[in-house]
Amino acid sequence: MGRSVRAARGALLLAWASLAGALPPAGGAAAQSLTMAVGAPVTSLDPHYHQLSPNTAVAQMVFDGLTGTDARARVVPGLAEGWTAVDETTWEFRLRRGVRFHNGSALTAADVAFTFQRVPNVPNSPSSYAIYTRPIREVQIVDDHTLRLRTAAPWPLLPTDLANVMILDQETHAAATTEGFNAGAMAVGTGPFRMVTHRNGERIEFERNDAYWGDRPHWQRVAYRMVTNDAARTAALLAGDVEVIDQVPTSDLAKLRGDQRLTLAEVTGLRLIFLGLDHARTDASPFVTDNDGKPLPRNPLKDARVRRALSLAIDRGAITERVMEGAAIPAGQFLPEGSFGWVPDLPVPRAEAEAAKRLLAEAGFPQGFRITLHGPNDRYPNDARIIQAIGQMWTRAGIRTTVEASPWTTFVARAGRQDLSAFLIGWGSSSGEASNPLRNLVAGFDRDKGYGASNRGRYANPELDRVVETAMRTLDDARREALLQQATRIAFEDVAIIPLHIQKNAWAMRRGLAIDARADELTRAQDVRPAAAGAVR
Amino acid sequence: MTVFLLRRLLQAAGVVLAMSLLVFLGVYAIGDPVEILISPEADQQERERAVRALGLDLPIWRQYLVFLGNALQGDLGRSFVFNEPALRLILDRMPATLELAIGATVAALVIGLPLGLYAGLRPNAPLAKGIMAGSILGFSLPTFWVGLMLIMVFAVQLGWLPSTGRGETVTVLGMRWSFLTGDGIAHMIMPAINLSLFKISLVIRLTRAGVREAMLMDYVKFARAKGLSPARITLVHVFKNILIPVVTVVGLEFGGTIAFSVVTESVFAWPGMGKLIIDSINVLDRPVMVAYLMVIVLMFVTINLVVDITYSLLDPRVRLEGKA
Repeated sequence: MGRSVRAARGALLLAWASLAGALPPAGGAAAQSLTMAVGAPVTSLDPHYHQLSPNTAVAQMVFDGLTGTDARARVVPGLAEGWTAVDETTWEFRLRRGVRFHNGSALTAADVAFTFQRVPNVPNSPSSYAIYTRPIREVQIVDDHTLRLRTAAPWPLLPTDLANVMILDQETHAAATTEGFNAGAMAVGTGPFRMVTHRNGERIEFERNDAYWGDRPHWQRVAYRMVTNDAARTAALLAGDVEVIDQVPTSDLAKLRGDQRLTLAEVTGLRLIFLGLDHARTDASPFVTDNDGKPLPRNPLKDARVRRALSLAIDRGAITERVMEGAAIPAGQFLPEGSFGWVPDLPVPRAEAEAAKRLLAEAGFPQGFRITLHGPNDRYPNDARIIQAIGQMWTRAGIRTTVEASPWTTFVARAGRQDLSAFLIGWGSSSGEASNPLRNLVAGFDRDKGYGASNRGRYANPELDRVVETAMRTLDDARREALLQQATRIAFEDVAIIPLHIQKNAWAMRRGLAIDARADELTRAQDVRPAAAGAVR
Repeated sequence: MTVFLLRRLLQAAGVVLAMSLLVFLGVYAIGDPVEILISPEADQQERERAVRALGLDLPIWRQYLVFLGNALQGDLGRSFVFNEPALRLILDRMPATLELAIGATVAALVIGLPLGLYAGLRPNAPLAKGIMAGSILGFSLPTFWVGLMLIMVFAVQLGWLPSTGRGETVTVLGMRWSFLTGDGIAHMIMPAINLSLFKISLVIRLTRAGVREAMLMDYVKFARAKGLSPARITLVHVFKNILIPVVTVVGLEFGGTIAFSVVTESVFAWPGMGKLIIDSINVLDRPVMVAYLMVIVLMFVTINLVVDITYSLLDPRVRLEGKA
């Protein structure tokens, strides 16, 4: 009863607002169509072909996983309405009843089993989703709506990982190819939208799936356009050609905020920008020399005091305020406050140039040394300007720094080969919890365990590895979080990497619209609604 | 003529082969596509699998031979990113670029020739000086900036034209074209003008220089002495003689426009080949990069051939056999 009264009042408000002309036509109830412009091209509609944020965003409009994640990257039920760990290595997932694919085919446990079998076998996949299904050793279909997944070893992240795996239909997709998905015929899922047309690199059009099992999205029709040029995307919004844009450039934020016709939505993301350091060499590091330009006999970056000095020499507040224009928050660890594994008593290091100089002297470098700081110039917002700022800060603290920015394609290859001494790079913890950056960035490089794959500085600390491994075998959430916090503390007290800031994600839209700004950077049409209608719910 | 054509085709094949080797080596040197393409979350085993799946575990010379073998059968490889044949991706995008380039070239001729003719015939008139000053702007303003300014003025401020994208299209001969719909043309105007600014200036300058030179020639003086009307002198005698450099330059420019309209296409989110290639370079999609450059080489060879044939039509003194 109360709900319907509220709904009626909301509808009245909406009607009034559109009469007053406060809402653009797209926000009105009559024209339920939405045009969005995104900054990164969608490369494939096959949800198992190329793991890439824009692809995931579109996949989540058309398909569903067993689990999903909310705007704060916490795991929520998807096609599975619930799950339990039956024992250390067995998970039971209970499927939602009455879910149908866009072509009317019913969802059953067999479809899920089929999906897990397809994921590792997509031909030519440049970045497979198999990393999420690999822990599953056996899929047991208990009945049409119950599955048991057995893992080789305890794997607490299974529900988190499965949010990335979109469920397909055995009957429809038995012989589906990536080209079939891209052409549209195979883009049949259970998701809130069905795909209408796909023009590679240009636009994708959707219409609402009125039989969707979850909250019905507001928009009857959605045009999802790809406008990779930042200025052109902003201009398209200002010209009224599109109603929502993502990846608002930091330099446009102030201007857009002051525009009466527009609204901004910002949220602290999960992408940490940090400096990696050369831990691989004990002798001379390639881009570190003494003040005369001669190689040093030992690598100063192996000394934790030197690393701490480098960290203390950086004024993070100045970078986030001036270089990033407020579009980032200073960071002292992997994740923003409130995330799973965030350590409360690990503060953001304060800028203390004097303390940095003292630490350098203690470590045997009273006169400092020379270093080259590398970084990309086309990857992260203001990346080249950030390393320039850090170069000045380090030089002020007695470490004469040269800065070298290069395109991502060449930069990342060099960083991956351990060619560099100090470099700026970013990491998006898509799972929103601390085991992800711990395993990938600071755990020792180990092919068999799959740890440290992005540990480009080759930091190695057996104590940290042990704690992380224990955490990864711990199903109990509270105990696992405590272990992850312990590992995080080890990593940052030893300055394995130098954290700089966590980026904010920003969307801009016509006034009268609202978006559930997602920490994981995904731009999805179901998260956009008229601001007034949002009050109704 | 036949000998000439055959020899030209043989040369073309040589150029394409040399180019394929250069491109392959160059692309190989840039970086590792797996680093770019793979999800950062992927572990070492997954990386190894991707390297094998994309055929990057083979030594470069074997990769090249595999590519060459497939290319001879008409298969330029599959895009790493899209898992579709690279050639088809490029040909899918070609109509968008073609219509933009043709629009820009037509605009350059329609606007540039009369203005250049006027500036050449009346070099001291204030309007002619204005035209020449304007052409300097057309040369020197960066297309990137002009494109954004066009969007700001005509889309954001005045709201006359759509800011970006391709608009409605119709399918003719299995390809999608914008210029056949009103909405498509509205979307085409700004990018085409942006692309043609440089060319308009070029045509104006070439035409003016040609006209000024031709007007002093004996045959013009003779025609005038014979009592021919100024219009006939200009349009028949002068115009025909100045067309050769204009055709050469416009032809080469046309190739350049198709191949490298990258800036305009990305500013206006125009889904053409230029945008495809820049996106492919960003993710090191080697098959698309290589196939694209192959297509471009073929195109330039063809354009040069067409230009040579046009010469012989415009100037009977040019003999194609003699040139070969």
